[in-house]
Amino acid sequence: MTVSLALVLTAGVLIACGVYLVLERTLTRIILGFVLLGNGVNLLFILAAGPWGSPPFEGTDDPERMTDPLPFAMVLTAIVITLGVTAFVMALAYRAWQLFGHDEVPDDVEDRRVLRRSRARTGQGIEVGWADALDEDARRGALKASQGLRAPEEEENPLGEDLTGDQDVPQDYTEADEAEDQPEDGPEDQPAEQSGEQSGEHSGEPTEDQEDRA
Amino acid sequence: MSVALLLALPVVLPLGGAAFTLILRHHAALQRAVSTTTLVAILAVALAIGYRVTVDGTLVLQIASWTPRLGIVLVADRLTALMLVVSSVVTLAVLVYSSAQSVSENTERTPVAIYHPTYLVLVAGVSNAFLAGDLFNLYVSFEILLAASYVLLTLGGSASRIRAATTYVIVSLLSSVIFLAGIAAVYAAVGTVNLAELAVRLDQLPDSTRMGLELMLLVAFAIKAAIFPLSAWLPDSYPTAPAPVTAVFAGLLTKVGIYAIIRLETLLFPASQLETLLLAAAGASLVIGILGAVAQTDLKRVLSFTLVSHMGFMLFGIGVTTRLAIASTIYYVAHHITVQSTLFLAAGLIEHRAGTTNLGRLGGLAKAAPLLAVIFFVPAMNLSGIPPFSGFLGKVGLVEAGIERGNTASWILVVISVLTSLLTLYAIAKIWNRAFWQKAPQGADIEKDGERVPALMYGATGALVVVSLLLTVLAGPLMHFTDEAARSVLDRSPYVSAVLGDDAADQLAWRIGDDGTRVEER
Repeated sequence: MTVSLALVLTAGVLIACGVYLVLERTLTRIILGFVLLGNGVNLLFILAAGPWGSPPFEGTDDPERMTDPLPFAMVLTAIVITLGVTAFVMALAYRAWQLFGHDEVPDDVEDRRVLRRSRARTGQGIEVGWADALDEDARRGALKASQGLRAPEEEENPLGEDLTGDQDVPQDYTEADEAEDQPEDGPEDQPAEQSGEQSGEHSGEPTEDQEDRA
Repeated sequence: MSVALLLALPVVLPLGGAAFTLILRHHAALQRAVSTTTLVAILAVALAIGYRVTVDGTLVLQIASWTPRLGIVLVADRLTALMLVVSSVVTLAVLVYSSAQSVSENTERTPVAIYHPTYLVLVAGVSNAFLAGDLFNLYVSFEILLAASYVLLTLGGSASRIRAATTYVIVSLLSSVIFLAGIAAVYAAVGTVNLAELAVRLDQLPDSTRMGLELMLLVAFAIKAAIFPLSAWLPDSYPTAPAPVTAVFAGLLTKVGIYAIIRLETLLFPASQLETLLLAAAGASLVIGILGAVAQTDLKRVLSFTLVSHMGFMLFGIGVTTRLAIASTIYYVAHHITVQSTLFLAAGLIEHRAGTTNLGRLGGLAKAAPLLAVIFFVPAMNLSGIPPFSGFLGKVGLVEAGIERGNTASWILVVISVLTSLLTLYAIAKIWNRAFWQKAPQGADIEKDGERVPALMYGATGALVVVSLLLTVLAGPLMHFTDEAARSVLDRSPYVSAVLGDDAADQLAWRIGDDGTRVEER
């Protein structure tokens, strides 16, 4: 099968740019990356259709000389799907910006907590490891400190002897608690009612938890 | 033809139901009635399909009577039928559970008006994925269920859910792009996307091309099935969603990936050279998943990690590829869909009852809520493979198949899977001890919060527990059914001849023998 070199090169460049953008940490750039990637892959379908022929209308030409229409039907479907999903991800990025003031792809907070706990147990808990040095966590810790709440890793003896032991283990923040803190983290030009709505959405229960900890 | 029309219903019904529930978005009770009726109807249709498939063999529906080479075909063999039945049981139970939940209280965690339509779209996507007779339709159904899952995962748009969904959406998008590129490559290589015709034509390709195509599709499916090293997104994103949503994701979405891998490794690329790779990935999933589960202190996250781990069992079966292995894998998939969903629903009940799923703040539930304890205990023991439950039977089948295969890789996997079972028991015992057995920690209001859990939520979870017990009681007939399914899946020709006719089936170069190796046809 002969293919068009120009199409191959274009698809290659699009996909390369797409991959580069997807590796960024900002959701907006990742969206752009996926749009480029999607277009690059769509070009692959057009390549797969084979060499150009006449338009595939019945009775206009010998079927042997017609372009294969099936890949184009697939590309159309893929374009529509990409459109819908892109719209969703843009909404997601906007919501992330509303809540966090940025649209960076966050790290797994639970993972980090497990790591912190294992460090605390082996006596290195106070050291700032690579994970704690990451932006989001540092910000969050600073926020907590400014509110007079101690960050969990600064508590005295934050852990029991062993997780399976019978003594009570003071718990780190759960995701629900962190969600509660988020609206204050948002951009300052946020409408006041918005943040009121946010904290109103949560039941009273996590607040009690916070009182316990404080 | 009239019987085959049944195949369209599992896709058409939920989409129609979604439209209705969207119109009825201001009438919560009507919404619930419509979606429950739809799912009951789908369950009935799935059972009917299962019966017809047992009697008549593989069913094929050519949409709008297009030839299978150009148009969309829906195909149901025994494997599809079983998946449809199990998935409709689970989706129905989860819907009843979530309806009861939304009646009982009105909080941020409650599903909102968009929940029912989205849920039905998700069901349509899952059914379509099981029925799809061509690669592109499979891609479309993945997109349907993914788009629905994005919405379900971000219900309410709270900070933790947005954070969790961001990772999930990006990883899913990436897998979709890889899948799409894979389809383009397949089309460029053989000029068709119909699974049956691909089976015939891919057999003629040189090994190197075959392996390239197989790897692309395998990566796309393995991301969906959360196979290590492509599993890191799952434990991060699932636990923050509402409990019923997590239950249906954990039960079904990963299994759709496994289903696709079964088709890939049997129908399209029979007994390929990637067997060792599959076994290695299975072993790594088993070990790393369960070690992750042991390290966690949140109930939902422990369960998510066991999910990653237990995907390894199914991949192990696919990698061994003997008839017993595939039969056990199919049985294990049915078992795992039910049990994992039940456990997440039980976790939701615990959250309702005690206000948290953090194991450090739980305690005394066995005394405070004995019924909940039973509802959690049975599927938990089932998951860790304690006899006589279905998890034990599935694992015995897989281990037996591994020993029967007898090469080094499968022996290693046998050892790993037994160790993983033990570690699962340890992780489960940790949950049990902390949440149910030990005294409640100070400040936990387990007694006070308890009364508002509606009976229907217990009922739905309890019904799933009963279903999982039925899988145990009916293990004999069910294993016979999955054995037949495995036979036809490994033989390949029943599928191809049902779709394209006997002539095409005669052109198949290989089938997979009962011992898991590739056998030249004729």
